Amino acid sequence: MLKNKSLVSIDDVSNEDLEEIFTLSDRMLGVVESNKNPHLMDSKIMATLFYEPSTRTRLSFESAMHRLGGSVISVSDASSSSVAKGETLADTIRMAEGYSDIIVMRHPLEGAARLAAQFSSKPIINAGDGSGQHPTQTILDLFTMWKEFGKIDGLKIALIGDLKYGRTVHSLILALSRFNVELTVISPPSLSIPEQFFSRIPENVKVRKSEKMEGFVEDADVLYVTRIQKERFADKNEYLSLIGSYSVDLKIVESLKKNAIIMHPLPRIDEIKPEVDFTKYARYFKQASYGIPVRMALISMILGVN
Amino acid sequence: MDKTLLIAKIKDGTVIDHISPGKSFKVLSILNIDSSIGYTVTVAVHVPSKKMGFKDIVKIEGRFLEKEELDRISLAAPNAAISIIRNYEITEKFHVEIPEEITGIIDCPNQNCISNAREPVKPRFLVRSKNPLSLKCYYCERLINENEILQNL
Ligand SMILES: Nc1ncnc2c1ncn2[C@@H]1O[C@H](COP(=O)(O)OP(=O)(O)OP(=O)(O)O)[C@@H](O)[C@H]1O
Ligand SMILES: [Mg+2]
Ligand SMILES: [Zn+2]
Repeated sequence: MLKNKSLVSIDDVSNEDLEEIFTLSDRMLGVVESNKNPHLMDSKIMATLFYEPSTRTRLSFESAMHRLGGSVISVSDASSSSVAKGETLADTIRMAEGYSDIIVMRHPLEGAARLAAQFSSKPIINAGDGSGQHPTQTILDLFTMWKEFGKIDGLKIALIGDLKYGRTVHSLILALSRFNVELTVISPPSLSIPEQFFSRIPENVKVRKSEKMEGFVEDADVLYVTRIQKERFADKNEYLSLIGSYSVDLKIVESLKKNAIIMHPLPRIDEIKPEVDFTKYARYFKQASYGIPVRMALISMILGVN
Repeated sequence: MDKTLLIAKIKDGTVIDHISPGKSFKVLSILNIDSSIGYTVTVAVHVPSKKMGFKDIVKIEGRFLEKEELDRISLAAPNAAISIIRNYEITEKFHVEIPEEITGIIDCPNQNCISNAREPVKPRFLVRSKNPLSLKCYYCERLINENEILQNL
């Protein structure tokens, strides 16, 4: 049950909740397509507090709330207004809860949303805290798989790229570990999964580790590709020599299973070649579009209307 | 010749027995015991023990410990047995116990954690496992292991 609860970490959502979210997201997809105001959020106000720049996530939350018929108040650059005045996050939240029914926030420090939830009587949705959690992204990733395959149990998922710093991939791995899946983690040694996270994967989940895609992606149902950022490398030549081995091109695509799909949280740089966009495997733009119905479903469940 | 050296009994105070060998130094530092104290402390290191193989013992004259001090000791020496001595006799004896939640005792080693920022909260950890000791930050969800805990105590 998500009603009146904050959504800070994927651990706040049970597998049962996920099933409910998927079903409702699917219905919300219909609402989006019908282009009619369902009047589910009349007189409800969402506050978005972003202490870190984000276009994609903020827009999709705000769009979701508008689609539901609710309204949005927003501070796009919260760090320059309140932090500069020396206000604590705890105080900012105690102010914002008086102005709204639900608060969506992004903050550069890990645990910020958990702290906010502690000081707010209104539900908080974490839209990213430092290199910590970004649960709504995780849920929309899971929804994409559920939508494509009808279930998550039994899937073979290969996660490719920056598995060290990529926050989306960490909570995705923890969430997938709660299902009966087989994981393959593929990354350069310098960007492999931190031991911290690896030790949290339950023992019953099969995990293979590899430094290359060849020989490890052919049996996958899902290729989840993440961005490798140049800034992670002190030596730019190291980046250049490496990026080729972790980018999905037509040659990799040809080796995939017939109904495999390729996902990416976007924005991508060189990890997926543009020619892959036109193959039947590409699902990343569709995945991004699910951000709206999934967030509509979450807002509705948390605010207790559906 | 008598080959035993007798250490005078404590009249009133606390005995911390069954400290994991070598951890008595940590216990002393947790209790801020240094040369400036005004009472007697006896420390025995690496004493043969039937139960533990070896153990350390700390005996403190004239001092009784607070709950928070006991919680700290439980993190460094989870098997420690505390005896309260009054008028040379043990009047109370118990084991330290690792609490389910640890608040305000150690800081989160994640510098990017909100609990290390200027916010009106104390660092807070949930105990994931007592043996081996592993904690999870309530805020950033980072796991911290025994070594990191000892360094932070
Ligand atoms: N008056 C005292 N002064 C100093 N130390 C004392 C005094 N009375 C007891 N102790 C010490 O307190 C500890 C606990 O005493 P106790 O008699 O319960 O020991 P024990 O029977 O060996 O128990 P355990 O099973 O915990 O080892 C011992 O280390 C003992 O030497
Ligand atoms: Mg004994
Ligand atoms: Zn922390």
